[in-house]
Amino acid sequence: LSLRRRWTVAVVAGLVVALLLPKLGVPTFYISLLTQTWIFAIVAMSLDLLVGFTGLVNFSQAALFGVGAYAVAIGATRFHVTAFVPVVALGIVSAIVTAAIFGLVALRSEGVGFIIITIALNEIVWGLAYQWVSVSGGDNGITGIVRPPAGPFDVSANTGYYYVCLAFFVVALLLLLVLVRSPFGLVLKGVRETPRRMRALGYNVWLYRYLALMISGGFAGLAGVLFAWYNQFVGPVALSLDQSTQILIMVILGGIGTLYGQVLGAFVVVFLSNELSAVTQRWEMVLGVVYFVVVMYAPGGLVVLIPRVWARLRGKRTALVPHEPLLAAGGAVANAPAEAAEES
Amino acid sequence: MGLQFYLQNALGGLAYGSLLFLIASGLTLIFGLMRIINLAQTAFYLLGAYVGLTLVAHGTNFWLASAAGGVVTMTLGLAVYSAFLHRYHADPLTSLLLTLGFALIMDDAVLAIWGGDPHSISPPPFLSASLQFGTLVFPEYWLAVIAISFLVAVVLFVALQRTMLGVMIRASVDDEEMARGVGVDVNRAFFVVFAAGAFIAGMGGLLGGPITSAYPGLDGELTPLAFAVVIVGGMGSLSGALIGSLIIGLVNAFGKALFPELSYFTIFVPVALIMAFRPQGLFGRTL
Repeated sequence: LSLRRRWTVAVVAGLVVALLLPKLGVPTFYISLLTQTWIFAIVAMSLDLLVGFTGLVNFSQAALFGVGAYAVAIGATRFHVTAFVPVVALGIVSAIVTAAIFGLVALRSEGVGFIIITIALNEIVWGLAYQWVSVSGGDNGITGIVRPPAGPFDVSANTGYYYVCLAFFVVALLLLLVLVRSPFGLVLKGVRETPRRMRALGYNVWLYRYLALMISGGFAGLAGVLFAWYNQFVGPVALSLDQSTQILIMVILGGIGTLYGQVLGAFVVVFLSNELSAVTQRWEMVLGVVYFVVVMYAPGGLVVLIPRVWARLRGKRTALVPHEPLLAAGGAVANAPAEAAEES
Repeated sequence: MGLQFYLQNALGGLAYGSLLFLIASGLTLIFGLMRIINLAQTAFYLLGAYVGLTLVAHGTNFWLASAAGGVVTMTLGLAVYSAFLHRYHADPLTSLLLTLGFALIMDDAVLAIWGGDPHSISPPPFLSASLQFGTLVFPEYWLAVIAISFLVAVVLFVALQRTMLGVMIRASVDDEEMARGVGVDVNRAFFVVFAAGAFIAGMGGLLGGPITSAYPGLDGELTPLAFAVVIVGGMGSLSGALIGSLIIGLVNAFGKALFPELSYFTIFVPVALIMAFRPQGLFGRTL
C-alpha cells in the first residue's frame, strides 16, 4: 500500500471505530472521557495553528477557550440565548473578539516577548472570571447550563453529546487541514520560518499573524462552548494558566505542526489526568513530573517518538530525543528548518 | 473620596509594589540573563512564606525565619537548575514549561504539607503598631516592607554596577558569546543570578506574609502582577522592575479600591498602554 492509501485506511478505520464505540458497550465513563478528548483536540489544534504553523506560542489559548465557555453560561443565564446555533455563534464570536483585542496588544512583540505578554493576558482574563463575581459567579462559577437539542437530535444524554463533539472535531480538523494547505496557510508557514524574508517579499506579517490569531480564537471558542455544555458548568479553572499549559502540552505531545497529532495529545492528557486523579490526591504533582518528561524526552511529540521507539525495538540505533529546541532563540518553532537561525 | 483616600491607597500601593519587586526582580534578571521565563518565581514566594511561618510558630526570630525561607527555596531552585534547567538556555519554551512543572510540584507539595486553610502571618511585635497622621492610618510594618525592598534594590544595584561579578553578569547579558570569548565564566553568572532570584522571592514570602497572608493559589494570584511588572518595566531591566513594581502596585491598589471586582482588569491598562507606545517596556531593549 502506498503511504497515502495507508493514511486513508487509517483515518477511515479510526472514524468508524469512533462512531461505533458507544454502540459497543464501552462504559459511559470512557465515552465521556472521549467526548472530552474531542473537545480538547479542537482547542489543541487551534493552538497548533499558532504554534506549529505561524510560530506564535500563545499562552492565552485557555482564555480564548474560557471566553467561549463563559459566553454560553452568561448568554444562557442572563440573556436567554439557549438555542443551539445562536449559542455556538455567540461563543465563537466572543472568542474571536477577545483574540482580536489580545492580538492588538501581544502582536506588538514576537518570540519570547509574545509568550510573556500572553501569559499576562491569560492571567488578567482569569482574574476577571475569578473576581467579577456579579457576572462570572467568581470562584463558584456558573451552574445550570442546559444542552439544547442539536436540530432534531436530543443530546442531553452522554452518547448523543459524544456524537456532537465528534462531528465538530471532524469538521474542525478538515477546515484546519484545508486552511494550512491553502495559499494563506503557506504564507503562515513562511511567517513562521522567516518573518524578515516574508516582510521583504511584501507580505504584511503582522496582518497574517493577526488573522491566524483570530481564526485560532474562533476554534478555541467553539471548543469552549462544547466544554461548557459538556460540564454544564463553567468556573475560572477553565481559563487558568494551568489550562493553557495543558493545552500546550497536548500540542507538544501530539507533535507540533501536525494537527492530526493533537487528538493523540488530547487523548493522553485527558485520560492521564482523569485516571491519575482517581488514583491519587497528588495528581497535580504527577502532572508536573509529566511536564518534565514530555518536554525533555518527547519534544517532537508522539508522532516522532513512537516510530523511533519502534525502530529501536527492531534493533536500529536511533536517537530517541531529537536535538532541537522547542522554540529557538529567534522565536521560530522547532520543526522550522535551520534557516530560522540566521534570523536572530 | 478626598485626599485621605488617595494617600491611604498610594501608601498601600507602594507597600504592595515593593513586595512585587521582591518577586519581579528575580524574574526579570533571570530572564534578562538566561532567557528563562521562571514561572516558579511566585511559587518560591509561597513556599518561602510557609517555611517561614512554620519556623516562626516554633519560636524562630521573624527575620531569621524569612531568610531561612529564602535559603530553602534557593536550595530547591538551584537543585532544579543544575539538574534540568541549565541545559535549556537557548530554548525558552522548554525551560518555561519545566519551571511550570516545577511550580505545580511545589504547589501540590505545599498543599500536602500545610493543607488548604489560609494562614495569616503577624508582623514582628515591635512593628505591629500603626502610625497615625491625622486621620491617616498606616501600619508600621508596611513602611518596613518598603524599606526592606528598597534595601534589596540598593544591594542588587550595587552588586550589578560596582562588583566584578556584576560586571561579568552585565557582560553576559549584553553579549553572551563575546563574554565567553574573553574568558568570563558565564555559567557561574547564571548560577549566581538564579540563586539570587530564588532567594529573594523565597525571603519575600514571609516578609510579605503580613500583607498577603499565605494560602494555596496565592502564587497564581501574584503571577499576573509580577508579569505585568516585567512587561511595563522592560524585560531584563532591574530599574524597570523597580519602577514597574511601583506602577503596578499603585494601579492594583487603586483598582482594588475603586473597582473591586475588576482589579485584575485595571492592570491590563498599563500593560496595553506600554505595548501600544513602548513595546520593549520603560527600560527594556528590543528583544
